[in-house]
Amino acid sequence: MKRIPIWSWIIFILGMIYFFLPLISVFEFSLRKIRGIYSFEAYRLAFIDPRFYQNFGLSLFWSVLTITISLLLILPTAYWVHLRMPRWRPVVEFFTLMPFVVPAVVLVFGMARLYARVSFMVELPVLLIAGYVVLSFPYMYRSVDAGLRAIDVRTLTEAAQSLGAGWRVILLQIILPNLRVAILSGVFLTFAIVMGEFTFASLLSWPAFGPYMEEIGAMVAYTPQALSVVSFLITWACIGAIQRLARGAPELLAGTR
Amino acid sequence: MSQARTLNNMTNVGDAPGARPLPRKRNLDWVGLVPFFLFVFFFLILPSLNIFIRSFQSLETGGFTLENVMAIFQRADLRNAYKASLSISLITSIGGAIFGFLLAYAVCLGGLPPALRTFLLTFSGVASNFAGVPLAFAFIATIGITGLVTRWIEAILGIDIHAAGFSIYNIWGLSIVYMYFQFPLMVLIMAPALDGLRREWREACENLGGTGAQYWRYVAFPILLPTILGTTILLFGNAFGAYATAYAFSGSFINLVTILIGAQMQGDVLYNPNLGYALALGMVVIMALCMVGYALLQRRAARWTR
Repeated sequence: MKRIPIWSWIIFILGMIYFFLPLISVFEFSLRKIRGIYSFEAYRLAFIDPRFYQNFGLSLFWSVLTITISLLLILPTAYWVHLRMPRWRPVVEFFTLMPFVVPAVVLVFGMARLYARVSFMVELPVLLIAGYVVLSFPYMYRSVDAGLRAIDVRTLTEAAQSLGAGWRVILLQIILPNLRVAILSGVFLTFAIVMGEFTFASLLSWPAFGPYMEEIGAMVAYTPQALSVVSFLITWACIGAIQRLARGAPELLAGTR
Repeated sequence: MSQARTLNNMTNVGDAPGARPLPRKRNLDWVGLVPFFLFVFFFLILPSLNIFIRSFQSLETGGFTLENVMAIFQRADLRNAYKASLSISLITSIGGAIFGFLLAYAVCLGGLPPALRTFLLTFSGVASNFAGVPLAFAFIATIGITGLVTRWIEAILGIDIHAAGFSIYNIWGLSIVYMYFQFPLMVLIMAPALDGLRREWREACENLGGTGAQYWRYVAFPILLPTILGTTILLFGNAFGAYATAYAFSGSFINLVTILIGAQMQGDVLYNPNLGYALALGMVVIMALCMVGYALLQRRAARWTR
């Protein structure tokens, strides 16, 4: 006869309560815009505000820029380390993990003070995107590195070379398609991080979805909660997509705090 | 002796083309890493170096000084900021580690249906990445003044928790919020470690007459300990560097180090620009210590997972 694992159930249920209570609460709160009844009024108001589209659109734009630059930096570097410079792997790995040592708020402080008088760094979102790219490093490098480990980079490259392929063909038609899943995991995770990011955008005074949420949170009720729900759904969609892609538990570390 | 050396020198220095090995192709492999390291240099190393140098720079003379760093220990506001940041990190890392471990144990070895395990791991992936402003709002809607749980407690027990002098805008309240992204991270790291415990170890223990408790005390726990401690350190650093969640949750009610650095950036609240650098340097030092500890424990943990 099998015993019912009562303690396991208790712990599990406690965990589920902790997980879901805030989500239920914020959802319930967001429905209370009209007194006395539940309605999606707060969502309607959130979605007719042109500033929502401006800020959300800008965050989309920032994340596309971040993903592009992060991929351009990480992909060739990780590939090259695997193929030619294996001795440098610990060094590259060390720098990609730096965001865990230098907190976002410290990094933004250091960058803003250092480049305060460099006009193109102040006038263009250089520091914002650079900061996001640094934040994306651990996730992007880890996924790409794991992807490269899973395929035989050297054999693929040499086979392609002996068939007369140039570097462009090797990278774009041989290596990239084999890394599709790894790259997409890094992309989705970076997207989730940048879309809700607050620290960099707020302290560098660039408009984005995160600061917008915080700002209206200080002014009105219900709409910010509706946006929280939207933000949660974005995170859920991104992580869901990664897990669907990766099959099995991919190594997910923490996002921005 | 000296003759031999000159002879040797001559053969090496002598520029006879025939004696040289085949002309070696210049190794230009390193060029491939230049873009990455340039980026790292300008946006990671240089800003960090700047923080380091300015921390030891006197505001008046520009010369070397220990004043800024000493101020962290001497000025009450800075000391308290570190105290608050360290306590919240300690509370949520230990709390998160214990609860996360129990949860991971329950779904991996506790006899729960396997479907729950998949569900928990997926959810942990989401929750450990759900932080910042939306998380703060979610908790305000839960335990804030008109929060759902606040109203439930009032309706069921007739107690208004906020009127009773209870505030969520303190270290304990913020700890409850931080726990939301802390323990899922523990679950994510512990689950594979628990799966890594081999059945043979348990069987070997039982064959030698060991009980379940003895298996845990002498076999499983010592094997898992480096992972548990390492992850606890990771959680500590995770909470220590958090800014957005704390800012959106409690504004400037709680003077964490990160909040102070943010405020210092927007306006010189410490009345000495170089103090901001010292504060930041202190954070980097603590985080670096955490990561060194984590790396050492990781190495130990790896001994059993081949």
